[in-house]
Amino acid sequence: MINAVGRDIPEEILEMTGKEVFHGNNYFDGYVFQKASPSTKCVINSNGSKVIESIHEALVKCEIRDGMTLGFHHHFRDGDYIVNMVMKEVHEMGIKDITICASSLGKAHDPLVKYIEDGTITNIQSSGVRGKIGEAISNGKLKGLAIMRSHGGRVRAIETGEVHLDISFIGAPTCDDYGNCRGIGGKSNCGVLSYSMVDGDYADKVVAITDCLVPFPNFPAHISMTKVDYVVVVDEIGDPEKIATGAAKPTKDMRKLMMADYCTQFVVNTPYFKNGFSYQTGVGGASIASTISLAKIMKERGIRMRFGIGGLTKPMCDLLINDQVDALLDTQDFDLAAVESVKDLRHFRISAGQYASPFNKGAVVNKLDFVILATLEVDVHFNCNVVVGSDGMITGAQGGHPDTAAGAKCTIVITPLLQGRTPAVCSEVTTVTTPGESVDVVITDYGIAINPRRQDLIACMKEKEVALPFKTIEELRDMAYSIAGKPQKVEFGERIVGIIESRDGTIMDVVRQIKPFEFSEK
Amino acid sequence: MEIVKPAIAGTLESSDCQVTVEPGDGEIDFTLKSSVINQYGNQIRKVVFETLESLGVGSVKISIVDKGALDCTIKARVEGAVFRSAGQMEHLPWGGAIRP
Repeated sequence: MINAVGRDIPEEILEMTGKEVFHGNNYFDGYVFQKASPSTKCVINSNGSKVIESIHEALVKCEIRDGMTLGFHHHFRDGDYIVNMVMKEVHEMGIKDITICASSLGKAHDPLVKYIEDGTITNIQSSGVRGKIGEAISNGKLKGLAIMRSHGGRVRAIETGEVHLDISFIGAPTCDDYGNCRGIGGKSNCGVLSYSMVDGDYADKVVAITDCLVPFPNFPAHISMTKVDYVVVVDEIGDPEKIATGAAKPTKDMRKLMMADYCTQFVVNTPYFKNGFSYQTGVGGASIASTISLAKIMKERGIRMRFGIGGLTKPMCDLLINDQVDALLDTQDFDLAAVESVKDLRHFRISAGQYASPFNKGAVVNKLDFVILATLEVDVHFNCNVVVGSDGMITGAQGGHPDTAAGAKCTIVITPLLQGRTPAVCSEVTTVTTPGESVDVVITDYGIAINPRRQDLIACMKEKEVALPFKTIEELRDMAYSIAGKPQKVEFGERIVGIIESRDGTIMDVVRQIKPFEFSEK
Repeated sequence: MEIVKPAIAGTLESSDCQVTVEPGDGEIDFTLKSSVINQYGNQIRKVVFETLESLGVGSVKISIVDKGALDCTIKARVEGAVFRSAGQMEHLPWGGAIRP
């Protein structure tokens, strides 16, 4: 069945998943549902401590068994030790058929491939996967279907009961003996624990794993003790240098700086750039550079930002330090400056649900004026792909891309026209992750295209005679193809190995097994 | 032209390719590793065969490790490797066998 972004979703997949095809961003507006609920084992007589000996003991006490779904968060990014530690123990206990429901998985989790191959893990639900797990899934090694869902989509799936978390594990930089977790104050700080908050609320069993046990009460708690069953203390929960990096040096890449400058020029000429505007950016070099150049213009013109959302990095936190923004709303911290900023009283921790879920009574992404995003590919329909590489291999994550793009009044995607030889602007993206209806502007080093759906923005730029290299999206694609040559359509195998779930749970696209390349002539 | 001795041109930097030629067995023995093989494998093969043809090379073992080089780069690297292999470092036939 053809969905709203023109992708043909095979009937067998609709039957297997019980899902509908994507019908457009607002298809579920006003939808009413009953929230799922977890079971709770009451703690009345605990002798005042929930600390147990080991992850093994936690798994035994949580009655781990074949076929369970385990929840994990990715605040430790490439420095995470938690997922591997837990899965090693699960594997040693001989448990099979586990579904991993993580907010994301990355290169740190390459060791999971052997558990995929031996059937310990048979299903993966994640924002995305990078590294060896991505290759394993693309090569058809995962028994079940991989489900890629956005940060908001994960919360929706859990709250509706589409996925039920049997046990969730929360890597906690600090924790007390009764389970109050915080993202700060320890030796492996990640700042906030936003993605785990839904796990705390909806998992039957919640295990906090820490390498820094602190005296009770570890307040203000980021995850409350009322949601935590057991506390395990280990030597290391992660590699601090990979969890929160030092502040990235502002890029000196002239091409990125030029795109950042185009972006800032565009932003300041929209009607949304006025006192009290709101803003979010990704962590790419060009996105960070645009925050820096925007801050300069805000200062010159005396314009204040009301709030910024993150995925936070130093340049966003500098806005707070320099009193250019009233508040930061935080779901994840990428560098030490952002982690440090969590202590600021105007720096608010929010849950992933509050941030981005389409199935609550309104998420903060809906209040965004601007979001600046990157992409692997964008096509002439403005559809973006942030999960599957142009070679057909799963290599990225949805993250908050579709959520923020859908919510923001002005969604800007920055990408170089060519990524190496691969055209980033193309006729049809390999896989659709963010629908073109959410994407308003594409900024490349060769020109800027405004989505024809946004005649208001096109008229605004004309009226103000903004001196930017405006092109149509087709012109950008043609330029890319004239330089690199028209790419051949990647050939896939028949088997569907994964689905790209829209934030509302419908199917945006499917991912097929990769097929080894063969020359058309011998 | 005759492939006299093994020769290499190019690097493994992004957007470049490394071309290795060796004397062949009377045919073109072509192998390719490319970061963009799924999208451009056939195109790269075509460019390499056309370049060899215009150089008059019919017997060669040629292997390419491509890091996303454009056609013009691939062509230049193939030409570079072939002329090095033939020991011809001067009086290169610009505009003749080496065409823009």
